[in-house]
Amino acid sequence: MSEQDAQQKDMASKAHADVHQDESDAAQGTTRLKIFRGDAEGGSEVEYEIPNIEGMVVLDAVLYIQAHQAGDLAVRWNCKAAHCGSCSAEINGKPKLLCKTRVEEYEGQEIRVHPMRAFPVIKDLVSDVKWNYEVARSTIPFQSDEQAPFIMYEEDVERLYEPKKCIECFMCQDVCHVLRTHHKHPEFAGPRFFVRNQWLEMHPKDTQSRLEYLKEGQGGIGYCNITKCCTEVCPVNIKITDNSIIPLKERVADEYYDPAKWLMRKIRGRRSPKTGAVVGRNGNRNGG
Amino acid sequence: MSGGTLSWSSFTARFPWWAGSVTTVAILGAFTIYSIFIVFFQPVGEYGGYLLSPMYSPPVPSPIDWLSPAIFVLWIPLGFRLTCYYYRKAYYRAFLWDPPNCSSKAQQREPRSPENYSGERNLWVFNNVHRYFLYGSIIVVAFLLYETIRAFFPDGFGITIGSLLFLLNVVLLSGYTFGCHSMRHLAGGRVDCYSCVRGGNLRRKSFQWVSVLNGRHMFWAWVSLFSVWGADVYVRLLMAGVITDLRLV
Amino acid sequence: MESNGQTNGHRDRHEVREHDILIVGAGGAGLRAAIAAAERGLSVGVVTKSLIGKAHTVMAEGGVAASMGNVDADDGWQTHFMDTMKSGKFLNNWQMVEIFAKEAPERVYELEQWGALFNRTEEGKISQRPFGGHTYRRLCHVGDRTGLEMIRTLQEKTLATDTTVYMETTVTRLFKNDEGQVVGALAYTRESGRFIHFKAKAVVMATGGWGRNYKVTSNSWEGTGDGAVLAYDVGAELVDMEMVQFHPTGMVWPPGVRGLLVTEGVRGEGGILRNSEGERYMENYDSEKMELSTRDVVARANYTEVTEGRGSPHGGVYLDITHLGYNGIMKKLPVMYEQFKNLADIDISKEPMEVFPTIHYVMGGIKVDPETCVTNVPGLFAAGECAGGLHGANRLGGNSLSDLLVFGRRAGEGAAEYAKSNGYSTEIDDSQLETEKQRVLEPLERQDGENPYELQQQVQEAMMEHANLMRNEESLKEGLEKILAIKERVPNVKAHGSTLFNPGWHAAQDVRYLTQISEIILRTALERKERRGAQWHLDYDGPSDELGKINFIVKKDEQGEIGIERREIPPMAEHLSRLFDEGDDKHGGEQQGKESQF
Repeated sequence: MSEQDAQQKDMASKAHADVHQDESDAAQGTTRLKIFRGDAEGGSEVEYEIPNIEGMVVLDAVLYIQAHQAGDLAVRWNCKAAHCGSCSAEINGKPKLLCKTRVEEYEGQEIRVHPMRAFPVIKDLVSDVKWNYEVARSTIPFQSDEQAPFIMYEEDVERLYEPKKCIECFMCQDVCHVLRTHHKHPEFAGPRFFVRNQWLEMHPKDTQSRLEYLKEGQGGIGYCNITKCCTEVCPVNIKITDNSIIPLKERVADEYYDPAKWLMRKIRGRRSPKTGAVVGRNGNRNGG
Repeated sequence: MSGGTLSWSSFTARFPWWAGSVTTVAILGAFTIYSIFIVFFQPVGEYGGYLLSPMYSPPVPSPIDWLSPAIFVLWIPLGFRLTCYYYRKAYYRAFLWDPPNCSSKAQQREPRSPENYSGERNLWVFNNVHRYFLYGSIIVVAFLLYETIRAFFPDGFGITIGSLLFLLNVVLLSGYTFGCHSMRHLAGGRVDCYSCVRGGNLRRKSFQWVSVLNGRHMFWAWVSLFSVWGADVYVRLLMAGVITDLRLV
Repeated sequence: MESNGQTNGHRDRHEVREHDILIVGAGGAGLRAAIAAAERGLSVGVVTKSLIGKAHTVMAEGGVAASMGNVDADDGWQTHFMDTMKSGKFLNNWQMVEIFAKEAPERVYELEQWGALFNRTEEGKISQRPFGGHTYRRLCHVGDRTGLEMIRTLQEKTLATDTTVYMETTVTRLFKNDEGQVVGALAYTRESGRFIHFKAKAVVMATGGWGRNYKVTSNSWEGTGDGAVLAYDVGAELVDMEMVQFHPTGMVWPPGVRGLLVTEGVRGEGGILRNSEGERYMENYDSEKMELSTRDVVARANYTEVTEGRGSPHGGVYLDITHLGYNGIMKKLPVMYEQFKNLADIDISKEPMEVFPTIHYVMGGIKVDPETCVTNVPGLFAAGECAGGLHGANRLGGNSLSDLLVFGRRAGEGAAEYAKSNGYSTEIDDSQLETEKQRVLEPLERQDGENPYELQQQVQEAMMEHANLMRNEESLKEGLEKILAIKERVPNVKAHGSTLFNPGWHAAQDVRYLTQISEIILRTALERKERRGAQWHLDYDGPSDELGKINFIVKKDEQGEIGIERREIPPMAEHLSRLFDEGDDKHGGEQQGKESQF
């Protein structure tokens, strides 16, 4: 083994020593958090105090409490990088990703962490979001008559990238008053699924129509009164109301509320928005 | 996320949750009362033969003396605003508290019980006629453009404060009208594959232009409201002889 | 359906669920396997520790490697094959690599057929970007969220089949019948702690890696190596376990995000690495490929620069992408922009990022048959990161996503074929069930004991210190001693509270996997006395010709201890070996350049 190697080994152990050093150096003072502890039966806030670490996010704080003070504190998380959308909860009454919300933002304020309230609470910060996956199953999936590889141009698909960013944190579902206050779960899909239906409807190669689902079926888009709370909370900045819900409402209006369009369809036949060709009347846009 | 929006949100965060609702109610309420006043009590809205208040354009002769000709015109832009996707948000939140805002505290104060809430399914389903008001508003904007050109000819070509005000008004109103969500849908939003339809590239371009305007629809909605209001008040002040229309050129 | 077996006490009851195929893991490989099996008309159950769509696949940013040649027409499976073999330093299972390189494009097009949307070329085809170690522009991508697109597409496709998904459910043991076939598993739901006995004709492991063995990692809490240990426990062979990939670029500051991944896409889009002296040092390590050299090389370069004192104040090197400008970054790397803006207050369109290597991926895993992904245990299949063999000593960026697709599908089909053609019993002895349930509940019932979080942390620190990207015998041995000491304490972990969504109890299960895997990594690292790919043994000067022909196979021996076998790699088939030039270096370039000097 060369001298350089020996030196490197030495350096290697130092590099790791540094890692620990950094953390203890960075700890200055403490932060207090009030966290909801309880389950479906009820519960209350419990206050915890933890040492400060520079740049700490609320999830760091919760995990610190879990490791050192309350081993059974339930929280849902995965990537800790705002990519997976698991750690949604409510901080001071507003839906937030715990991994993206820095503790410093609340300097001088209380930090009160609660689970998402539009869904049944399982325990502590974890709520039961299963209902969303039932809605996912009810959505009419992508279907194309063409065989991939598709020829699709950037200019045709560029507006689909935005709805595709959705990380399914369900915070829009949590904040939506149609679900949260009015409990329209069985007949209303919620903002997340309007986002999905939007890209499906606008996909150049998709042949299905989801307008009936959206108006008459479980979609229930009529319940949405476009008050934009979903857009306000979206952690990946999807303009849910303007770019997903309203375009879908306009398409529903085309189909159900526009007498001129209705008359035109009677006279000229249904036209495919993909190709402009005349298509059948069963709502299925294929077979142009 | 720019520093601007951050400081704006921290600025607004200082107000209580009902502050936004109260402001909207105050402004929209005042405007509505003003419009009613115009429609029923002000048959004339023109000054010097070249400044026709935007509330009276296009000029329709009124068959009944005391009824303002504005009543035959004003329903179009008012209907357009009433069914506009932005104003819908504003009045559902401010007047109906459905919800007053997004915080959990405010949502708990929603007055309607789950059985009574139907969103835009029952009464408010009429908002779907928005596109027809859009068609009407485009015609109104065309007339306003004509009136604006006329405003630049007090007696031969000339520029007055009034003409500039009219110009500003028509620009802001166009920004509002042509940035409307229905316009966006019409222009190209409804097309799924631009490269598959005739004239697709033009549709895509128009969609993009409208989208740029639409991105700030709330801004256009408010400033154009104030500009119409302001232009009418200006004309009325001229008529009352309180001020004179200062000529610049 | 309640079991009529043991019912003394509420806790001891369990449900029984029957499926033809049980898939453990709902990442890319698990979901692709589920789709494959469901399309063949079989009843499929997918068990995942998290919600569906949250698996680590979501973190993949750069893209899917597939040699379609949409951008560089010269690309083809042969080049992809050679790149992968070279990067893996020829430890790869070449049959797997051949299948992989040939099938990857088709698997990507399949995603498109299911609604996935990739960035397009001018001609309207799927766009492909350059990446470290790939000869041609080969990575199909959509911005820097390709993994999200992939998992969402697979998730939506899975939910469109009859597959049952058991979310937030943890498998603790696999069961074999009297003939030695794997016929089911025991699991509990995280929500309530309720036990489920899954009866299945075949089980597919798709549980991902074990990056959580290390302190500074880009992996989520899930990456604890459950699948590999569960398979090992029923007698499956593991391969290349010493090979752990360090991603060259992880975030270093602030401390809370240390280790968070900075996508290789940044370098793919032209990002430049500099040290504190402003020097573009990759010149000294790989002057040909520069920043786009393979991950092992770049990781060591970054590590060396910092340890030799040319690092940034927070102990990293600088990665600069400012030349793309704000608009370019928002188009190509929007997620990275947000990540740095939100978490570190850094505007990457104006200033460079600080980065340092972070644990990213494990090349080793369950040894499988290249065609069907079956293990040496009948009824047990594996695919994805928890399976080994495809990547050899170092994985190429972008190969992981196509691995999930190619072998996920093969595992699903392999398991389906197997399940269709076998008529054996899935019954097992009740005592097996009861013993396992008792074992799982022990941490809750014990009066007093160790804090599982603390043990986890100790494992992570020991591995960080002793099995890092530069290794030596002395330190590895010291690490092994530490891990063995921790292993003795594992049976005494204590979890407080109930079975209701109790992370402490879950951690008590995970810590067993972590220690077991760590021991295996250390023992195999001690065996591979050479420098090759991710195994950079400082006591030796370079690669060894002899070890280059050998895989280390780990299997539980009769005493229940770790048995390590040196197994010869069969000679490469003629049509493949012909691809490499006569004089071509079979060590993947490790004997050239500065690399071989340390």
